[in-house]
Amino acid sequence: MVRLLPSKERLSKGSRVSAEELAADVAVDAVASEQTAPTDAIIDDDMPESDLVFNVSDLSVYYGDFRAVRDVNMAIRPKEITALIGPSGCGKSTVLRSFNRMNDLIPTARVEGTLLYRGVDLYDERVDPVEVRRRIGMVFQKPNPFPKSIYDNVAYGPRVAGQKKGLDDVVESSLKKAALWDEVKDRLNESAIGMSGGQQQRLSIARAIAGDPEVLLMDEPCSALDPIATARIEELMAELKDEYTILIVTHNMQQAARVSDRTAFYSVEVDEKSDRRTGILVEYTNTEKLFSNPDDERTENYITGRFG
Amino acid sequence: MADIGIESQPILPLRGISIEALASPARRARKEAAIRFIFLLAALVSIAISLLIVLSLVREASVFAFNIDWRQTWGQIGWFPRQGVYDMPTVLVSSLIVTGVAMLVAGPLGLGSAIYLSEYASRRTRGILKPVLEILAGVPSVVLGFFALFFLSPQVVERLGRNGWLVIGAVLVIAYIAIVASWMRKLIKREIDTPLSTQLVRVAALTFSVAFGLILIWWVLRVAGPSDVDNGLPFVKRGGQLAAAAVGVGILTIPLVASVSEDALASVPQELRQASAGLGARKITTTIQVVLPAAVSGIVAAFIIGVSRALGETMVVFMAGGAADAARFTDSPFEGGLTMTAAMASLATGTDNVVGEGLTFQSLYFVGFVLFVLTLGLNIIAGRFVNRVREKY
Ligand SMILES: Nc1ncnc2c1ncn2[C@@H]1O[C@H](COP(=O)(O)OP(=O)(O)OP(=O)(O)O)[C@@H](O)[C@H]1O
Ligand SMILES: [Mg+2]
Repeated sequence: MVRLLPSKERLSKGSRVSAEELAADVAVDAVASEQTAPTDAIIDDDMPESDLVFNVSDLSVYYGDFRAVRDVNMAIRPKEITALIGPSGCGKSTVLRSFNRMNDLIPTARVEGTLLYRGVDLYDERVDPVEVRRRIGMVFQKPNPFPKSIYDNVAYGPRVAGQKKGLDDVVESSLKKAALWDEVKDRLNESAIGMSGGQQQRLSIARAIAGDPEVLLMDEPCSALDPIATARIEELMAELKDEYTILIVTHNMQQAARVSDRTAFYSVEVDEKSDRRTGILVEYTNTEKLFSNPDDERTENYITGRFG
Repeated sequence: MADIGIESQPILPLRGISIEALASPARRARKEAAIRFIFLLAALVSIAISLLIVLSLVREASVFAFNIDWRQTWGQIGWFPRQGVYDMPTVLVSSLIVTGVAMLVAGPLGLGSAIYLSEYASRRTRGILKPVLEILAGVPSVVLGFFALFFLSPQVVERLGRNGWLVIGAVLVIAYIAIVASWMRKLIKREIDTPLSTQLVRVAALTFSVAFGLILIWWVLRVAGPSDVDNGLPFVKRGGQLAAAAVGVGILTIPLVASVSEDALASVPQELRQASAGLGARKITTTIQVVLPAAVSGIVAAFIIGVSRALGETMVVFMAGGAADAARFTDSPFEGGLTMTAAMASLATGTDNVVGEGLTFQSLYFVGFVLFVLTLGLNIIAGRFVNRVREKY
């Protein structure tokens, strides 16, 4: 696999990946420019295309023959929190996983359409999914600590990326950012399995940011937590927003309303004849607008509790 | 009285009901009791059979233990039960050699196949390969005995010989030096900042294992080398050696090690692999850093069960081990030897009329008892490890 993405050092976060920078890594013949296909991204203001973190156009995801989600168009702006909401099975996780190519791990999964990450097509055959995941980190619904010490859990990302020096500092700063440092600083060498659920979830956030990603994808990170732990994670997200672009899937509409800048409402479209259920993006706009004055009737029904 | 259904009792709120309303009908209860009894009987019969086996084993073994002159069981020239010479080290060491060499084969190959099947193979490949492995598990040991005697012994073990072992030893030494050198280089350049203690432990473990490997090789070389004596037999040149039998036993043990390790790997939650991949780990890193540590107790259990299986294997060593009835003491895998199992089998063939002096017959029970205790102990330890895996997830 070729390393298509430019090295981090040469990039300031949030800037667009230029074709020249790409060319420095491999001989890329103007890959970015030809892939910047015109999109009809559903977004209500006009940030220049080059400043977007993600630009998704006509994305469909299949599991075998089954089309789980179709024709998604979304533009994600830097250092914002974007919430993905919608009824169960509408493909929120599927879409989220396509942002860092986690769908590659599912043998039957297949992606159509384009997904540009700072101008680079993430599904270009020269792109190494491992390199993508180092830049676009993920936090899952279950915290899943590795059966290792707290320290080794946090240091995992940097280590697999080849970092050997300065791990102590990385571990400390990541745990601090995840608001966990004070609770665990005296037991860094103890197993992470013995932590509480809320602590484990903050550990997995620390683990995700230790690798210094630019984007954090979170799939229902609070669904297994009590209200206090949830509030802590939400606080944390508000703080992390200064440095990271965050996408969060949540079933909790209050949470989406509280933490996010923009919200995408997904829904399921049922084909009368084949009875196939396909996820679609119904509305994507400012969180405030979506919850107070949505354009689409289906959104309105969902947020007022009449559906789903 | 007991047949009163709930509906015949008017149930009013805040009123007690009679106990009969909740009691089960008597017929139902009798049926349950009968079913229970049948299953209990089955369990009791199996337990009784096992106990009887152990009992007869212990009885005859104790006859041997109480009547033998213990000097006959240690430091003798070999295992000659018909002559009243029962040197236990002869059969114990042979068993150890066979088990050790068998695990050198079955360990890496079994674990390797398990990793391939569980982590790398597509569902289709797994669907093809797993039955193949099960076929290997189903190969009768007699067949492998033939394979060991007529192929492994002359074609592999004797050809590999002294030079083969020298090459393996050299590779080991070079690898060790390379690893230590690169570690020293990093240490000098201060590229690592894991605590010194863990690094010392790592180096100690490495040194220990390599030293162990070298001792093993030295020991093989000291006694080794297929002897140059041609015994003049036309077909089977030298009638097998422990090493050939051991490789055969190892092949027989691969499926067991593979399937138990694969179960252990499969019990590692998929989410852990995803979490690792989500942090930008490659597959091999995920396997080594996350999956194997999470499955370690199951893998240890697989190895112990494999050892126990190899220790108990009879037919292959009996056929290809290069000795029958009696054997001189040897600590070389390149000579013929008699394992505990082969010693037992070779005296009791086709009849219970074991020829020999007074205690020959009982000596077999005694060997069997030792084998039983060893295997039982190993299985108990393995069970502990397997339970640890279950508890964790
Ligand atoms: N690995 C998979 N293989 C096959 N189909 C899948 C797979 N994962 C998801 N699907 C299907 O894709 C559709 C979307 O699933 P997805 O998990 O993305 O929904 P979701 O919106 O995240 O739901 P939830 O809110 O319940 O998490 C569903 O119909 C689901 O059955
Ligand atoms: Mg989901």
